[in-house]
Amino acid sequence: MSDQNIYERYHRQIILPEFGEEAQQKLLKAKVLVIGAGGLGCPALQYLTAAGVGTIGIVDDDVVSLNNLHRQVLYSVNDIGLSKAERAANVLQQLNPEIKIIAYNERLTTQNALILIEDYDIIFDGTDNFSTRYMINDACVLLNKPLVYGAISQFEGQVSVFNPQPPNGSSEAVNYRDLFPNPPRDGEVLNCAEAGVLGVLPGIIGTMMANETIKLITGIGEPLINQLLTYNALNNQVYILNLSARKETRSLIPKNENEFLKTDYEWLCAAPVQQNEIDSEAFNKMIENGNVDVVDVRELHETPTVNEFDHIRIPLAQLADNSSVIRSGNVIAFCQSGKRSLQAAKILNGIFGDTKKVYSLRGGILQWKQDQAKQPVRNVSST
Amino acid sequence: MSIKIILFGKLADIAGNSVSVTNVADTDRLVDALHKDYPALANTKYVIAVDKQVIKENTVLNNNSTVALLPPFSGG
Repeated sequence: MSDQNIYERYHRQIILPEFGEEAQQKLLKAKVLVIGAGGLGCPALQYLTAAGVGTIGIVDDDVVSLNNLHRQVLYSVNDIGLSKAERAANVLQQLNPEIKIIAYNERLTTQNALILIEDYDIIFDGTDNFSTRYMINDACVLLNKPLVYGAISQFEGQVSVFNPQPPNGSSEAVNYRDLFPNPPRDGEVLNCAEAGVLGVLPGIIGTMMANETIKLITGIGEPLINQLLTYNALNNQVYILNLSARKETRSLIPKNENEFLKTDYEWLCAAPVQQNEIDSEAFNKMIENGNVDVVDVRELHETPTVNEFDHIRIPLAQLADNSSVIRSGNVIAFCQSGKRSLQAAKILNGIFGDTKKVYSLRGGILQWKQDQAKQPVRNVSST
Repeated sequence: MSIKIILFGKLADIAGNSVSVTNVADTDRLVDALHKDYPALANTKYVIAVDKQVIKENTVLNNNSTVALLPPFSGG
């Protein structure tokens, strides 16, 4: 593109005193990798393309669906079923034919992440799941790449910039694991498909992320380094938190490329195995066999009282803090109907992992009492 | 002693927008009190910030401290 064209296309930002031709040249030389061409990616891609970021990579293996269109503003009904990365690249190239746009119609995995990320100056995380977010974070720490982070839920959003040294030099660079060291288990945090999202919210947050990206490239303003911005679309409250590095963070991140390749991010974020539910018969048998602690997770005032077998009483809310009283290799939680004991089993599985086998009594103590009434000859003795 | 508590995302769904806790000297005791009043919070992941600084260990609270509880978001 001729200098005259550059000047004309970007005229309104070049004339900003803080910006000028120098900042424009930095943008034109910059390479930004946008991972996720969804709610956050779409508006950011539009502004990064329009602003003249010289090379933009778009990673997404998803296809456009009708329920994307209320927030993923690059796509139309004609795009349904087509690759997001390719459709986005096509639309954006029409907006600005002078820059290079590369579509990667593939899922980011440990196998391709380092190769893709290495080639870019700034990484933009517009993904929609924790396993990819932790993978991107770790890859960016390993390769020392600035990571523009954004995430949304319902009416609220978060924005931050990870990895660059803070300008004052007095504190260490921060990454996502300094904020949340370990991923939540699947289901612990709802995603947009489950919790819903106001369509305009990713527009606001994605545009803020594009702004942070442009500030990082051009050196203007104060990017959200070592800070996390939260925005609430319902009341327009903006809250900026200061972050600092944790000593243990480095130990959570793969130390080198080999370790990274071997890390199973899907597993780190995956649900624990379906909770083991047992019926009254199996329950009685396990008590007979011994090496089992039975835990009543109902509130202390709840009836019926249970004196047919030995058990410990720990109400569900206190379970996590009092799990140390459970000593046997097997644990069976029970409650009134078998619902809270499932939650209890999930909590205990989280605490004990593979060291104990955790079960939940299906149907609860009410079902168990009914079943005993049907089989009065059965003699239950605890060990 | 008055402490302002701000809850974000799912935490506000669990405990509402105007949570008040009195007579807690530090963040550990604040968390205990909140988990007692709102047991579902105990099963939820969040970070704590005192006066806009995300904390890593138990932190003394002063009169007029503002405590923010922030869950991770995954949506994009």
